[in-house]
Amino acid sequence: MNPSAPAAMHEQTIAQLSAGLAAGQFSSAELTRAFLERIEHSNPQLNAFITITAESALAQAQAADTRRRQGQAGPLTGIPIAHKDIFCTHGVRTSCGSRMLDRFIAPYDATVVERLNTAGAVMLGKTNMDEFAMGSSNETSFYGPVRNPWDLNAVPGGSSGGSAAAVAARLAPGATGTDTGGSIRQPAALCGITGIKPTYGRVSRWGMIAYASSLDQGGPMARTAEDCALLLATMAGFDPRDSTCVDRPVPDYVAGLNQPLAGLKIGLPKEYFGEGLDSAVAQVVEAAMAEYRTLGAETVEISLPNSQLAIPAYYVVAPAECSSNLARFDGVRYGHRCENPKDLLDLYTRSRAEGFGSEVQRRILVGAFALSAGYYDAYYLKAQQIRRLISNDFHRAFEQVDVIAGPTSPTVAFNLGEKVDDPITMYLSDIYTIAVNLAGLPGLSLPAGFVGQRPVGLQLIGNYFAEERLLNVAHRYQQATNWHQRTPAAFA
Amino acid sequence: MSLGVAEVAKIAHLARLAIRTEDAPAYARNLSAILELVEQMNAVDTTGVAPMAHPLDMAQRLRPDEVAEPNQRDRFQSIAPRVEAGLYLVPKVIE
Repeated sequence: MNPSAPAAMHEQTIAQLSAGLAAGQFSSAELTRAFLERIEHSNPQLNAFITITAESALAQAQAADTRRRQGQAGPLTGIPIAHKDIFCTHGVRTSCGSRMLDRFIAPYDATVVERLNTAGAVMLGKTNMDEFAMGSSNETSFYGPVRNPWDLNAVPGGSSGGSAAAVAARLAPGATGTDTGGSIRQPAALCGITGIKPTYGRVSRWGMIAYASSLDQGGPMARTAEDCALLLATMAGFDPRDSTCVDRPVPDYVAGLNQPLAGLKIGLPKEYFGEGLDSAVAQVVEAAMAEYRTLGAETVEISLPNSQLAIPAYYVVAPAECSSNLARFDGVRYGHRCENPKDLLDLYTRSRAEGFGSEVQRRILVGAFALSAGYYDAYYLKAQQIRRLISNDFHRAFEQVDVIAGPTSPTVAFNLGEKVDDPITMYLSDIYTIAVNLAGLPGLSLPAGFVGQRPVGLQLIGNYFAEERLLNVAHRYQQATNWHQRTPAAFA
Repeated sequence: MSLGVAEVAKIAHLARLAIRTEDAPAYARNLSAILELVEQMNAVDTTGVAPMAHPLDMAQRLRPDEVAEPNQRDRFQSIAPRVEAGLYLVPKVIE
């Protein structure tokens, strides 16, 4: 290959593609067609997309090209992206990975979708996910599991597994995801890409199908921190339609990327490096810390003493909120309805039992139990108190350090089927990500190396609304290393 | 806390889920394991700790009590499983 030849379109980052479009090297229509061809070719193998919107993508691409000719293009105008199938898309099936919504055509766009549309981004399709975002392996999807582009026998992580696999396999340069307990960061880690879960309230949840409303947050997934900065700059911002969305200016994330790291203080929680962490993953994270020290940062050991309580508290709070949120699926107004219900109760119970898969039903049952009369104080109230203790740990840590770093996940991607029959083991895969959601903090995962053929993710946790700093800290690392440039051989 | 098949049936009724009898023992087992995991919380004394309902400890914004949404009944009913004359159809509720 001629090293001076320009990289193929699918090999380029969003920032590079944006420059290429601006320089007239290719049109959005050409770019979009190239990605649609890659999807058509590779999706049967990966199952990363539930719905491919080729026709509307080409129409959006042509509109973007027209807009560019009129001199009205922004950085994302004409850039193809994929949306997790949890975001409502007007006129397009929005399944949430569930039989319940298999035939649900959303009557409106989610705010995130609307904002990206307004910026001129092109939607390639809707990506596969764990049903209602409940899972860590993408195996609970009604549409079947997604495969990890690095090894087709491995899971891509979850719940935003389709988005992560699509970006890793170069079927889309960027995608949206959502993160309730790790669902952006863990699949980003397992697929070797970059993803950020912003501070709770930074990105509107309107039109994003709810799982656990006090934890859910949307965010971008792409190959680099720079691309995540570009996407987040458009996705973030106040939305009066989401009553928890924060009215606070959005910083220029791209402008902040190059701040030097000299004097940066990185905290390493000793609880994130103990029992349960794969030793080869630990070595990769330690090597990344050595790189950060070379870049001028200082690393210090810190303690988040209540870390081990994050999973127990989460598996009360999230199921409780899920049981309330998913009560709306009743077989009456939209979604799956059973055949020939004999009475109203039969309509409710059978429609829900047929429409939801077993993991969703498990979490609804746990939540209904935790909220039921006589158990509320022992479970839900207790979990909210634990949540306070976890949050206080982070508050204390951020008095000493600027960012917190550690592994995103205790292991690299596991094999398909390996944990699917054991919910508890599956839950432990989110041991380092869940506390961040409970506290409402921003967290980012970036590629930091490999164990064998499978990628390792480094997690960076920031203080409230410190997305700019997190993206900067990730970007400087990516300027000095090339882990984020590695492409799975089968999808180069 | 360990849950039996009868308790699972009761919770399933509360959650309006028709759990098949043959699946109940597996749910009972899984749910008991999850509750056992969750009960690790009991090792910590939380007396006097204020419960945290919102990650930023914010109260939800209120909006003026004004009509803001247009009537889109036809559009929303076009995706309903069964409608007639602008009404959602359900099995007979009153004999």
